[in-house]
This record gives sequence, C-alpha cells and structure tokens, in this order.
Amino acid sequence: MYNGFIFVNDLNKKEPSFILATDVGSTTTKARFFGKVDGEWRFLSSGEAPTTVEKPVEDVTMGIRNAVREVEELTGHQIIDYSSRELKFIMPYQGGKKGIDVYVSTSSAGGGLQMLVEGVVKTITAESAQRAALGAGAIVMDVLSVDDGRDTYEKINTLRFLRPDIVLLAGGVDGGTKTHVLEMAEILAMAKPRPRFEIEFRLPVVYAGNKDAREDVKKILEENFDVRITENLRPTIEMERVEPARDTILQLFMEHVMAHAPGYEKLKKLVSTSIMPTPAGEGMMVRRFSELKGVNSIGVGLGGATTNVYSCFDGRFLRTVSANLGMSYSVGNVLKEAGVENAKKWVPFAVSAEEIMSIVYNKMIRPTTIPMTLEDLVIEHALARESIKMAFNHHKYLARELKGLKRERTISDIFEEVKAEETYIDLFRLDYIIGTGGLLSRAPRRNQSMMILTDAFQPVGFTALVQDSVFMMPHLGVLSTIHPEIALEIFEKECLIYLGTVIAGSGRDKVGAEMAKITVEYGDGKKENLTLQFGKIIRLEVPHETEVRVTVSPSRNFNFGAGFGRTVSRAVRGGVVGLVFDGRGRPIYVPEDEKERCRMLLDWYMSMNLYPKEKIEEWRSKL
Amino acid sequence: MKASKESFAYTPGLRITPYTYIRRVRSLPLKGEILVNKGEHVNFDTVVARCCIEGMPHIVKVAELLNIDTEETMRYLLKKKGDPVRRGEVIARYRALFGLINKTVVAEVDGFVENINEITGHVTIREPSKFLELTAYIKGTVDEVIPNEAAVIGTYGAFIQGIIGFAGENFGELRIAVSNPQEVLEASMITESDAGKIVVGGSLVTYEALEKASKVKVKGIVVGGAKMEDLEKILKTRIGVAITGRENLDYTLILTEGFGKLPMSEAAFKILKENEGRVAAVNGATQVRAGVLRPEIIIPFEKGKHREEKEELGEGKMKVGSIVRIIRFPYFGAVGKVVELPIELHRIETESPVRVVKVELADGRVVTVPRANVEIIAE
Repeated sequence: MYNGFIFVNDLNKKEPSFILATDVGSTTTKARFFGKVDGEWRFLSSGEAPTTVEKPVEDVTMGIRNAVREVEELTGHQIIDYSSRELKFIMPYQGGKKGIDVYVSTSSAGGGLQMLVEGVVKTITAESAQRAALGAGAIVMDVLSVDDGRDTYEKINTLRFLRPDIVLLAGGVDGGTKTHVLEMAEILAMAKPRPRFEIEFRLPVVYAGNKDAREDVKKILEENFDVRITENLRPTIEMERVEPARDTILQLFMEHVMAHAPGYEKLKKLVSTSIMPTPAGEGMMVRRFSELKGVNSIGVGLGGATTNVYSCFDGRFLRTVSANLGMSYSVGNVLKEAGVENAKKWVPFAVSAEEIMSIVYNKMIRPTTIPMTLEDLVIEHALARESIKMAFNHHKYLARELKGLKRERTISDIFEEVKAEETYIDLFRLDYIIGTGGLLSRAPRRNQSMMILTDAFQPVGFTALVQDSVFMMPHLGVLSTIHPEIALEIFEKECLIYLGTVIAGSGRDKVGAEMAKITVEYGDGKKENLTLQFGKIIRLEVPHETEVRVTVSPSRNFNFGAGFGRTVSRAVRGGVVGLVFDGRGRPIYVPEDEKERCRMLLDWYMSMNLYPKEKIEEWRSKL
Repeated sequence: MKASKESFAYTPGLRITPYTYIRRVRSLPLKGEILVNKGEHVNFDTVVARCCIEGMPHIVKVAELLNIDTEETMRYLLKKKGDPVRRGEVIARYRALFGLINKTVVAEVDGFVENINEITGHVTIREPSKFLELTAYIKGTVDEVIPNEAAVIGTYGAFIQGIIGFAGENFGELRIAVSNPQEVLEASMITESDAGKIVVGGSLVTYEALEKASKVKVKGIVVGGAKMEDLEKILKTRIGVAITGRENLDYTLILTEGFGKLPMSEAAFKILKENEGRVAAVNGATQVRAGVLRPEIIIPFEKGKHREEKEELGEGKMKVGSIVRIIRFPYFGAVGKVVELPIELHRIETESPVRVVKVELADGRVVTVPRANVEIIAE
C-alpha cells in the first residue's frame, strides 16, 4: 500500500456496486464510471467537459458536474443528486440505475503541485530531494544547491520571483557538517519566496536534511515559513529514503495547495478518499502492473501541460514530471526545445518551418482545438515523439545509481565522478512500455500510438507495448488506494490494450543490407521465415491471445539482445497492432536528404498501416 | 442523425463588446496602502495603491573572508543587528600579530544588518526598501476598496480581448493605420506622429513595422497576426509557453487572432475604428493555463452617455443560429452560422470520432468541424 494514501474506513469492508472516478485535468475533466456486471467489474462509460477553474465559474465541481452529466446521459444511470444546488452524488447505491457507492478523484488542475527543491550537493542531496518531490507527483520548478554554479545573489534573485506551493530543503548526512544546509536555509529565509496563492499564507518548507541541523533550520525559517521536519532523505551517503519526505509533501498538498484551488473545499467533501495528484495516480498503476507481473516497465503520461515518465526497474520505482513538455499548453515549448528540424524529421511530406510553427503555436494559444486534417495530425504526432523523447532523457538523468558511494572524498571529487555514471535503465532488459494521456488514448488508430512510443523510446530487443484504452490510469490509481482488487481487475480487463511487441536491434548498416533472418513459429506448427533489411519495418498481424516463438539471427552488425551477430529466441505475444520487426537500427536511421527521408517514412507508415492508404499514396505522388 | 439545439462550446469565445461595464481589481503583491477612496474618479496613470518591497538581501560570508572560526564571528564584527551600513564601510575587522595581519570586510551595498548567523558566520545586509506604486490602469471610478490589499476600478466602455499579447500595461490614443481588417501593417504606415499612440493594423504586422514602432515610440500595436519568426527577432527570445507580459518590449503588442497572417475579426476592427481618437488602455499579459488570462484593449467612456449595461460572462452555450469562428486549419478564421449540432460522434478526416458542429460559411458552403475547433462570436 502506498503510504501517502492509507485511508481506512468502512469502504474496505463492503464491496461497492458502482464507482465514479474523475480526473480534474489542466484542460479537461474526465469522468469514468465503473460497475459490477454479471459478477465482473466493467468500465461502463465516460464523460468529459472543460475544467472550470477559470472565470466565470471558478469552481472545479462545475466541470465535474458537466462531465458526470454526460455519463448520466449515455448510461441512463442517475449519479447526481439534483435536489441539491451544490454538487452532490447519490450515495450509496439505491438499486436499479440510481446512485454510486464510491467516488474518487485525481487532479492536476491549477498547474498541479509546483515545488522548489534545495539541497547541498547537486548530484547527492539535491538529486535525492528532486526524486522525493517528483515521487509526490510534483512539478519541480528549480533545484538549488551550494554547487549549482549560481552565486548567492543569483540564487536569491531566482527565489524571489518563484511562486512555489511547497519548498523541500535537504542536505547533509546525519551527524555530518551542518554549515552547508544552514547556508541554503539562510538563502531561503533571506529571499522569502511567496506562495502561489494568498498573500498572508505562510509557505510550507519540508526539511529532510541532517537531523542535527533541525533546530537551527527551524530557528532560521520559522518566522516566515511553515516548517515541517521529516526524516533525512539521505541519512548516510549510501542510503536514500525519500518516502517520509514524499508523504509529508502529499499531506501538505492536501492541506494547503488543494485547499486554495477554486471549489476544492467542496470536492474534498465529496470524495471517498484523498484527492491525489494525477501523476501520482498514473504512476501507481505503472508500479502495480510491474510488481504484479514481475517485469521491468516504463510508463508515459503524455498530457497537455506536462509529460510524466515512470519506470519500475528491478523493483526500483521512479516518477518524473517534465513541466512544459506537453501537447497543448506546452506544445510550443516542445517545438522550441526539440527544434523545427527534429520535429520535421517525422513528417513524410513537404512542409515549411513556418507552417509547422503556425500550427504548433496556434495550438498553444488555443489548446483545446484538435487536428482536422491528416497533415495536421501527422505534425502533432511528430511533436508527441519529441516530447516523450525529451521527457525520457530527463527521466534517465534521475534514474541513476546513488552518487558519492564507497570512498571518502571532498565535495569537488564527487562532482567530477557523476558525469561518467549512467542510467540504470537498460533498454535490452525492458519488458513493457505503457502509454497513457489524451493524445495516445485518443489516437484514431492504435498503430499510431505504437509507432509514437517506439520512435520516442527506441526500445531494443523484445519489448511489449501496452496502452491505456480511454485514459483511466489516474482514476484506477486513486481507486487502488481503497479497492486495490477492483482497480486491478478493471486495469487488466478494461484499461490495458496490448498493442503488440516490437523486436528491434541496435547497430547500423547500409540501407537494404540484410540485418537479420527471422523465424516465427506458431502454436499450430506453422512457420514463417522473414528477412529483415536495414531501413525497413515488417509488421505481422498477431493477436495478443496468440503466443509465438520468434528466433532472430542477426548479422554481425546488429544486436537483438544476445550480443552482436548472436541468435536470440523468445516467446512473445502480439496485440491489436501485432508484431513489429523494426529494422531501422538504433538510434533510428533517418536519411538526411529530404526526398529520401519522406520516401522512407512513407514506407514505414505503410508497413505500420499508420494512416489511410490513399493519403499515404497521395503524399508519395507529390514527392 | 439526431441533433441537439444547444451545446457547450469547448473554447470560450474571446470577448468583443462595443459597450459594457468593466471592472479591474488592482491588487498589491503584498499588503500596503490604498491611496484612493470609493467613488473617487481616477485617470489611467493615477497612483491608487502602494506597498513596500523589501530590498535585496546580500549574504556576506564574514568568517570565511576573515579566515576565522564561525563561532568567532561576533568578536570581529563592528556592527550589530539593525545597524545601518554604507557601501564601502568596514563591517568586520580581524587583527593579529600587533597589527601585522589586518583583514577587513566591507559592505558592498547600502542597507542595514538584518541578520548575523553565528553558526555559518554569515552576515546579511538588506538593501533599503522600495515603494511599489500601482496605477489605476483604466480611467474610471473607484468602485470598491479592499483595505491594505486592492482597489477596484470600474468604467463603462468598449472591451476587446486578444488571443496573445506581449509586454504589460500601457495607454494611448487609438489610431487606425489600415483601411480594412485584411490590410497588412507596413513600416511606412507608422509615422512620427504616432508617438504615444496605440496603432491598429489589419491581418499582419511586418518585422519592419514592429521595429519602426519602437523607434517612433508608439505605446501599443493591435493587429490580427504576426509571424512567429518576426516576433522572436523583436523579443530576442524564443517563445515556449503562452505565459507573457514581462517581455522587454518598448510597447504593448496584442494579436487578436494568432500567429501568421490572419485578418482581424470584423467585430473587433469595427469597434476600434469607431473609437479612433479615444484613449485606450492595453495590456499584453497572457496566460494560457489554468486561470486563463487574455490580453485586452479597454476604451473607457464617460458615464451617462450610453445605455446602462453590466458586463456579463456566459458559459459559452452554442445554439443553432450562433455565429462562430473556426479556429483551426483548414478553415482558420472563417466565420459562419451554426446550422446543426449532431449528437452522434462523427468521424472526421483524421478518423477521430468527435462531436461536431455544422457551420454555414459566408460563401454558402456548409462545413463539418469538431466542436472543439470553433469559438462563439455571438449567440
């Protein structure tokens, strides 16, 4: 059980009949309705409406009401108690098509949880503190440390203009020197950053550093801040304990942050358990999935404002939220960070930089609009690949072994050492990639989600790809805190869509050169022999129910998991898209010449059945 | 196909109205003093409130600079907490070996000693406080005073919201530089006599015109669209998210439609044209996030000359007969009338099943577009 959300009440004792879950997103409020039908838990219906944190409504419960009303219209099941002016649900279930037993919600409205992190050494305590903040589902606005390259004046200047919800201060091992962490506390005290909401509200500071410095930190900060002391997240150099800090952050999120968002006081009274930040709910399902199956997995929540990446590798769970990488509010930033050329790389027709900029920036200022033409859709998909790619790089940066282990050293020794260390995420050992978020869940063809995820993560070896059917992972995450068995049942049966398995090799060769000989053996004895050429994709339609044995004998330039030139054989399953033999090498080879690039992209898109055939032919004819 | 008479518009239309009552809350960032009373008349630049902003703190690492133990800091300090200090003044001195070793620490700024930390051996010097003054921003009457926090200014006037703006508040006389909303605002259309004015263009403002505006010292430009690459050149930065208002631009720039060449909406252009010569307040601050904020043009009128009407904001209800504007390619900017609101999901070219609206365009064509891609101009 996730510590931050233990919630004990009678709900655990009686199994419910109908459950309503909402996610109050930055753009849209999504309601999901679940019920027990013929002894099995089912996803029954969904409703969506714009989130109402803005004028003229300024009350999130209005958006929830609109979304739930859509569910009522579609199912004929009455959920809202219309005798009340304020939003109220008919609880418990009244029999027939009336009422619900449980209502849960996640939220990322109002910009989610925004945090400022302070540590002593950038790659030791500041990094651990960042992991704790991200673990709580926060957006980290800035990370300050003694050695971050900014002088005191710059640090103070930065702090004065930030408006965080919570500050996390860490630094020093227990019993070690106090000076540096007190210096960071002092900088914070002097700068007096103000909270996002309300002038008079005292900004909460979670202190999770050297326990010997607790009293001094309190003395320095308590005049202007609401100081909460929690266990040191780095009690020794060899140990990282982020859970107590993370739980304190989540508690503060409920007490303060949510309390200041419009309408949340009302929402808090409606829910059956604590409201959870959306990334916390999403991540919880990725973690449960990995633990249940005993696999290594990576999840991505591609949202409108942020891209969240989750990994569960050898039992280690990590969550990162990349602020300003997203498909609506932040799409301009994705283009800015990736560059027009990188985005264009995935577009198989002639398009000018100006046209791409016009589409992207107009989407940024009108974030709720959706593509109407296939060209527009292709450009959005190109940006989606880049957004995930950058968010994954951010994630890998934090998915590293603890720094500063084993030998005594000075602070400066430690700085130099980290650069050489790499992420513990080994793509050859990755079993699953899980995709969620509006763009992926709503992609007109599942093949498109599979291709976006493949191009963004560039998995190697054998990797199964799974996707959230209608975006319900956050909902199930929060539900799992009170009804884990129901949440998992729905997750397995209704939420997960098995897209298929990608089989890819790392390496490079000439386009058209033989990359690998492949044999696919079916259960009925049928055998299929394939030759994969460099620069090509082969897709076989194999459903998830069918297990096949795939044997890959690569040429000496390629590694499919057993080493360069070594044969590898695995039992795999397909999915709604099937088995994809990806012969594009790693990193994916994309020709520089524009015409050649477009031709190759069109071949891939045709093999993947990515867009309507006629449209692909039309683009090809224009080259 | 079943159809409904009314639906929720996902994109609330930008507000464009020739006459309404406008209120602006002028809030201090910290508690302070409100300088006006309820009922008082104020001009655009009347200072209505002020507060004291603490000066910048400077942490002086005294122990480190004198090479002494932190706990010895107090011994060598020449100042105590609360003492004023001048730039260049010695605040700590360490002498040893009969004066052979003589180290001093001097203050780098004027201010006062705010804190002495004996654990770290640091002394904090805080620069003197500064007053932050807040103007009325619009010409009108003080409707309400929230003691120590805010003054609410109200006025009757015309009100136009843009889609994105750059730089903050300004005011100046309106001057229409183009003859119609399609016309491009060129550099030659901005003259020396536009100094201090708000210049209105049509579908696009050229890079040269943006530069000329700076040279001539105009107070604002209001136009349908601008090219992103021109904006990035003029702002000397790349735009990532639509959170603006603090750009280092000499004037306020407001785009009413978006990026690229996009004719200004007829409604907005008509209001601006009718009010040429009046003084308007403009604010480019935009926040396309939760708590959405759009740039605005407010043209205050004298009270009593117009019919009474209070500003009202609807929930964005779309009906058959509503006038809408399409806000995404391939019909970007086209205005039309809602003729049908089908209930069933419709598969559009992208193959996405979405809720759609059928819109009759000015040329008689009826197009089917996602409901998410229209904004209501009028009911």
